[in-house]
Amino acid sequence: MAEKRTYEVVFIIDPDAEDAEVMRLTESVQKIITDQGGSITKTEMMGKRQLAYEINHRRNGIYVLLEVEGSGAEIAELERRMRVNDRILRYMTIRVDEDRRRAEKLKARRARKAEKRPTAGKKRTEESDTEAEEAESEAA
Amino acid sequence: MSTNFDERDSAYGFEREYERAGMPGRGPRRMQRRKICRFCIDKVDYIDFKDLKLLQSYTPERGKILPRRISGVCATHQRMLAEAIKRARNIALLPYAAD
Repeated sequence: MAEKRTYEVVFIIDPDAEDAEVMRLTESVQKIITDQGGSITKTEMMGKRQLAYEINHRRNGIYVLLEVEGSGAEIAELERRMRVNDRILRYMTIRVDEDRRRAEKLKARRARKAEKRPTAGKKRTEESDTEAEEAESEAA
Repeated sequence: MSTNFDERDSAYGFEREYERAGMPGRGPRRMQRRKICRFCIDKVDYIDFKDLKLLQSYTPERGKILPRRISGVCATHQRMLAEAIKRARNIALLPYAAD
């Protein structure tokens, strides 16, 4: 629990909400996180967009995306609050630090491989390349 | 619903390969070009669930995930893609099932 984790939080606000209410809700969400000791690294208002399916009989929603750093405790609190707020149609939190680390690793491996074989063949090596990567990622 | 779909059709470019791969037992098996993973060529390390344009090109009309035997995506990237599509479905960016 000690290490810092990065999360992406997306939530959908009722499309009937006024701009002011959207702002207020977003700020309250940010406040919950900072109160719990987390920090917000990015806030993105994705705006009103059409939902792919109805949620609570609504066809549209206002999407807000946050990037949060913290221990995980603030996420628990945030989800508890969002669950009871009926202006928030849906929320989703995903942990991105692990995925990003993995992406870094893949990148590093590719760089290493490129060094090892500067002018190798084309299709065949590319194939064996991906297969080797699969095996390694499964082992990890 | 209409605006989403119009965009999608142009982005969906697997139909030809699908036809070639199908039709079993009719005539001699035609030689197929080996499909290679688009993500490996582009050196993609992470597929974001917010990248709707990309995800829609791998979810044909019904909204199902395009199998990799058709798209030619490698296993590693297919896994990433599936994860991203499922995340996008969860927050209503993509449909679970389209009619």
